[in-house]
Amino acid sequence: MDEKFSFLNKVDRDPGNLIKGLQLVQAAEGYVSDDGIRAAAEYFSIPPVEVEGVVSFYAQFKRVKPGRHKISVCDGTACHIKGAAQVLEWMRQELGIDSGETTADGAFSLETVACLGCCSLAPVMSVDGKVYGKLDRKKMVKILKEHAE
Amino acid sequence: MMDPRIRTLRIGVASCGIAAGAEAVQAKLRECAGTIPVIGVGCLGSCYAEPMVEAVLDDGSGILYGNVTPEDVPGILELSDAKRFAPPPQRAAKQLVKVLALAGRIDPTNFDDYTAHGGYEGLKNALGMSPEEVVNEMKLSGLRGRGGGGFPTGNKWSFLAAKKAEEKIIICNADEGDPGAFMDRSLMESVPHQVLEGMLIAAHATGATKLFIYCRAEYPLAIKHLKIAIAQIYEHKLNVLDGRTLEIVIKEGAGAFVCGEETALIASLEGKRGTPRFRPPFPTDSGYNGLPTMINNVETYGNVPLILREGGAEFAKVGTAGSKGTKLFALAGDLKYPGLVEVPMGTTLGEIVFDMGGADRDSVKAVQTGGPSGGCIPAELFDTPVDYDSLRSLGAIMGSGGMIVIGKDRCMVETARYFLDFTHRESCGKCTFCRVGTTRMFETLERIVAGKGVPEDLDFLEDLGKKIKAGSLCGLGQTAPNPVLATLRYFRNEYEAHVLHRRCDALQCNALVELKLAKDKCVKCRQCIRVCPVGAVSDDFVIDAAKCTRCNSCMDSCPKHAITRVTKEN
Repeated sequence: MDEKFSFLNKVDRDPGNLIKGLQLVQAAEGYVSDDGIRAAAEYFSIPPVEVEGVVSFYAQFKRVKPGRHKISVCDGTACHIKGAAQVLEWMRQELGIDSGETTADGAFSLETVACLGCCSLAPVMSVDGKVYGKLDRKKMVKILKEHAE
Repeated sequence: MMDPRIRTLRIGVASCGIAAGAEAVQAKLRECAGTIPVIGVGCLGSCYAEPMVEAVLDDGSGILYGNVTPEDVPGILELSDAKRFAPPPQRAAKQLVKVLALAGRIDPTNFDDYTAHGGYEGLKNALGMSPEEVVNEMKLSGLRGRGGGGFPTGNKWSFLAAKKAEEKIIICNADEGDPGAFMDRSLMESVPHQVLEGMLIAAHATGATKLFIYCRAEYPLAIKHLKIAIAQIYEHKLNVLDGRTLEIVIKEGAGAFVCGEETALIASLEGKRGTPRFRPPFPTDSGYNGLPTMINNVETYGNVPLILREGGAEFAKVGTAGSKGTKLFALAGDLKYPGLVEVPMGTTLGEIVFDMGGADRDSVKAVQTGGPSGGCIPAELFDTPVDYDSLRSLGAIMGSGGMIVIGKDRCMVETARYFLDFTHRESCGKCTFCRVGTTRMFETLERIVAGKGVPEDLDFLEDLGKKIKAGSLCGLGQTAPNPVLATLRYFRNEYEAHVLHRRCDALQCNALVELKLAKDKCVKCRQCIRVCPVGAVSDDFVIDAAKCTRCNSCMDSCPKHAITRVTKEN
């Protein structure tokens, strides 16, 4: 097995621990890579295709490498009403990616989240954990530029 | 100066308290309280008043403070009157606190605090009885599964007890996944030992050899408290029963709603995709790795120590003929006092929503019970008692205990769409009717709220909904159409308004609404022009409906309330 994944030794080889093992892979890599799938398959003696099946089944696991900056656009009830869909459309135009994707240069990854808890500032997004509220297109572009450098 | 009568200070530091800022208050209390112990406790049930602090006095009484900030701490130490909190008298009067008796009153990480309040007495009583006697006591109590299904718990236990096998498995289902439900989280965070005591009693009664807790990964504090409690159980050797040493294992889920279903949960526990399978064989015959397995919900186990402490007959004195004991409900939505309540079975919906939740009688349209698997019940039927059978007869279900109050300014079609958006994504894909059917229902509802529905859509939804219920293997598919079928049953007029007249009377569906500026109220302050994110408001204060995204920014910022949502003219 790839040395990189030797941390899998922390759990038993019992196939029942596959989900735990994949959680460790994701914690280490930020996502589950092809190599991660192969390593888990080898460690637990499960065909890679079944490991892939488990990864794709559970919402927690990500198969796309996260960008250097993580953008989370809030689509909770308040932001939804205040135009979260509009913010996502602007992102699509500015970065060329949809929710769940990463830009080709690896700078940004985009996701939607259920609620950031800042409903009074809707619409809201966070970049690398810092929350920006009352977004309009101009403000959003400015924030993206600040992080791109 | 600190009031000399104060003996202890308690602060609620369950997830909801922490989100409201309880940790800063706790730090300030520690800093100012000197030698007085500051104890972090679990949930006190009044989420709307978090962070909450209780000053316990030398005579044993307590004074509660709500919405506390670090600046309030010196005042609390002097027992000042500011920020004192009392639950609304109506709520206190209807509440019957049994399962939650210790929540918010003991330190969840302190073993001795639990035993000093009657903890593990139920287990002690159980160990003085034969397994059959314990099962009989459970049957006598009339307890039914609190996860939503309502299967008699004593019967389930007797199935596992009757199995002859080397190894038997007991699972606690802590995969509380419905949006708006947090009863199980509160119990695990506040009184983890009570849940584990229930599991140990079940192990004695059924001869189980290994205990699992399947908890969603989104509940880190619950997992932490359970882990501490399990270590304490090992330390006190409470896991050694009838000569067997029981292993207690916590398994974290990975985010799949369907894993609340018992056969799907078992598959997930085995490390596989969480798809349900056909029953029989029932888990008590062949479950986890083919071993006899029994699954109960967190709240069900939370009831067990009470039954063994006070006796099944005493427990059964509370409740209705078919539903015994109390039930926890998580109140949320359009009401004044959201939070956790515990009521005797048979309490009416009106008592819970209006008296305990403080919802305004004139502005409530319906209540959704059972989350996305449940149905809505219109306000006209709020004299219905809450028990398993009454709710089912109305097309809703008890569910695990989420109760979302829906105000008159919400559109029921949009509400149904919201729930189907959730369930169609969470369908595991095994049964065609659930996988494709819920998607078609969702698309149809999207069309209706977008003002593109046709009258035939209503019959289509009803027909498809019934077929999905009949053609699905597990509880997810069998209940997914409920929000649509129930709203069609009680609020058909709203669907008809959408498809026949292109009208949303709640003015919620953006496609059927536009924003209008009343020129007679306008003072030309230009605030609306400034805030509009898409430049839809012209210099002469006309809102361009084609550009407008109905985000309400202008409406909310208008100092004269000159802008309102109105039905779009066709």
